[in-house]
Amino acid sequence: MSRLIKHHLFWPGFALVALVVLNTVARPRFIEISVQHGALYGAPIDILRNSAPMMLVALGMTLVIATRGIDLSVGAVMAVSGAVALTIIDGSDSPGSVGTVLIAILVGVGVSLILGVWNGFLVSVLKIQPIIATLVLMMAGRGVALLITDGFITTVTSDPLKYVASGHLLGLPFAFFIWVAAVAVVSLVERRTALGVLTEAVGINPEASRLAGVRATGIILGTYVVSGGLAGMAGVIYSSNIMAADANAAGELIELYAILAVVLGGTSLAGGKFSIAGTVIGVLIIQTLESTILFLGVSSAQSPVFFAAVVVLVVLIQAPAVHRAARQFVQRRSANVPDITPGTEVAR
Amino acid sequence: MSTTTTTPTAGRRIVPPRLSEYARTFVARHASVMPMLAALVILVLILIGAQIHFGDFVNPRTLSSLLLDNAYLLILAVGMTFVIVTGGIDLSVGSVMAFTGIAAAQMLDHGVSSAIVIPAMILGGAVIGLMIGVLVQYFDVQPFIASLAGLFLARGLAYVVSLKSIRVENEHVIWLQSTRWWFGEWYLTPTGVLALLTVVVGALVMKYTRFGRTVYAVGGGEQSARLMGLAVARTKVLVYVISGVCGGLAGLVLTAYSGAGYPRNGIGTELDVIAAVVIGGTLLTGGVGYVVGSLIGVLVYGTIHTVISYMGAEQSWMRIIIGLMLLMFIVVQRVIVVRAERRR
Repeated sequence: MSRLIKHHLFWPGFALVALVVLNTVARPRFIEISVQHGALYGAPIDILRNSAPMMLVALGMTLVIATRGIDLSVGAVMAVSGAVALTIIDGSDSPGSVGTVLIAILVGVGVSLILGVWNGFLVSVLKIQPIIATLVLMMAGRGVALLITDGFITTVTSDPLKYVASGHLLGLPFAFFIWVAAVAVVSLVERRTALGVLTEAVGINPEASRLAGVRATGIILGTYVVSGGLAGMAGVIYSSNIMAADANAAGELIELYAILAVVLGGTSLAGGKFSIAGTVIGVLIIQTLESTILFLGVSSAQSPVFFAAVVVLVVLIQAPAVHRAARQFVQRRSANVPDITPGTEVAR
Repeated sequence: MSTTTTTPTAGRRIVPPRLSEYARTFVARHASVMPMLAALVILVLILIGAQIHFGDFVNPRTLSSLLLDNAYLLILAVGMTFVIVTGGIDLSVGSVMAFTGIAAAQMLDHGVSSAIVIPAMILGGAVIGLMIGVLVQYFDVQPFIASLAGLFLARGLAYVVSLKSIRVENEHVIWLQSTRWWFGEWYLTPTGVLALLTVVVGALVMKYTRFGRTVYAVGGGEQSARLMGLAVARTKVLVYVISGVCGGLAGLVLTAYSGAGYPRNGIGTELDVIAAVVIGGTLLTGGVGYVVGSLIGVLVYGTIHTVISYMGAEQSWMRIIIGLMLLMFIVVQRVIVVRAERRR
């Protein structure tokens, strides 16, 4: 039991399960999944589908945070990527063809990769503090996106693009497969090669890892490029969802939610050890919470209060001070058991 | 050095050091002030450039309204400076400003006296700041996340109070904005005086009080500060309370300025404030920074805004130019810091 509690995914997993159970108790329909036209529908499926943009962004953010960095520009990158992709589709002769959409997506993601290189260059080569270096693009990016769309909200009609966010594959939402693929690829590359360990080394102690011969510059730059690329894909999914490029609303506040998801998943903002599985759980917690708030009939404008309460609750659950207090409380309860030698676990 | 002679008894021929050497020593000795001076130089350059371009930019009217328009930003920047110098960050300021503003507008609308409302605003800001500070200090929550919780809380509460904007007709609050004290061509409003007072008090506290020095010590090295027996815990909580108080005060000033409370006020303001503080030479890693620098940072920020609106440029260009300006400042500061470190 105590080993289970010690596991780094215990508390995030517990929070997610608790949320799902609470929802199911409050409204049994929550867990219901129905089949219509060969595709699955229901609240859990919606959560898996709607998680896609935040999941991609949070995935990149996890790597950036592992190197002691932070990427505030992801929302702006989403806006740029969506603007680029939809402007290309809008301007083409055959907006409905798969080829056009593929090219548009590739160009959109390509531009995002370049923006990621820019962030990475500022942080790893010029050694500017990440929060400020990415603030530059966060501010300028939406301006660029507005320039690309001429200040308008570009709308398109294109079935292949619609498929990205709303289509189904094997009964499940296509967007779900996108994020699962992204998570799988990143996990494989980070955990089945030394890259993950090197990334953590850079985050734990940059100086020591430099002395050990780790090429921090390339690794840090790489994480920002990955973050940019994933944000670009998230931007495409967002645009596909509303079939429009909205430079102001695309990815608004997503950087904060993504960072929140990463932290909920147990990755410290101080860098170092990171958990991709934790981030996945973190994003699912946030999405489930959104769905809960919607169900409670709270105006979506007021939902931040709930998020504040949950953030406080979750960080308190994870806080060492609370763990200490809880342990002391348990110890005092079992004070009649005389020999508690320091260091031994108090079995519950 | 080549100035020493072979016969020491004959004394040394003293060659006066060249001007560049004076400059070099000055830069090395005052490395921490350099980013602030760079910001000042750039502010002057922007003003000169705008004067040449528009012909009539640097006049008492424009400069007076610069202070008036950015009073709330200035107050927030002072609080933020305290937090950032300890190595923390406070993302909640924009939301706290919106929350206290809309709450005050609502209370005034219900006929509550301004003598109660204004202290309540400041208290409200302080309480949210206290919550963030306690989370940071006693529960080891990272400042970014703790203040993010503050941001969500204050923004949500603002919407709970009202979804629409509420007009403020209270004479005392209106007085803060509508009064003009003229000094020849120049004028000051009570809101501007409040902002300047905040700067003066902030600067004095940072420089001359035990608390202020502890703020620097915590930012320079928390462990060392603790070993020196400084009140680290109290200081770290207090800086967030100060930032919250500044948020409440800024809420008052903004409510007076716009004549209404509005729950969507100040979205993204925290980033403007951080940008202004950084432009003013405060390092986000903590330990280095000046309240006066933040004043300069806010003035730079405000001047750029004014210049862009004079040019009639689009909103999209505003964002790009502010972003580029920020970049320029960061690179300039980086170069200065690197050169100062190399000389050491």
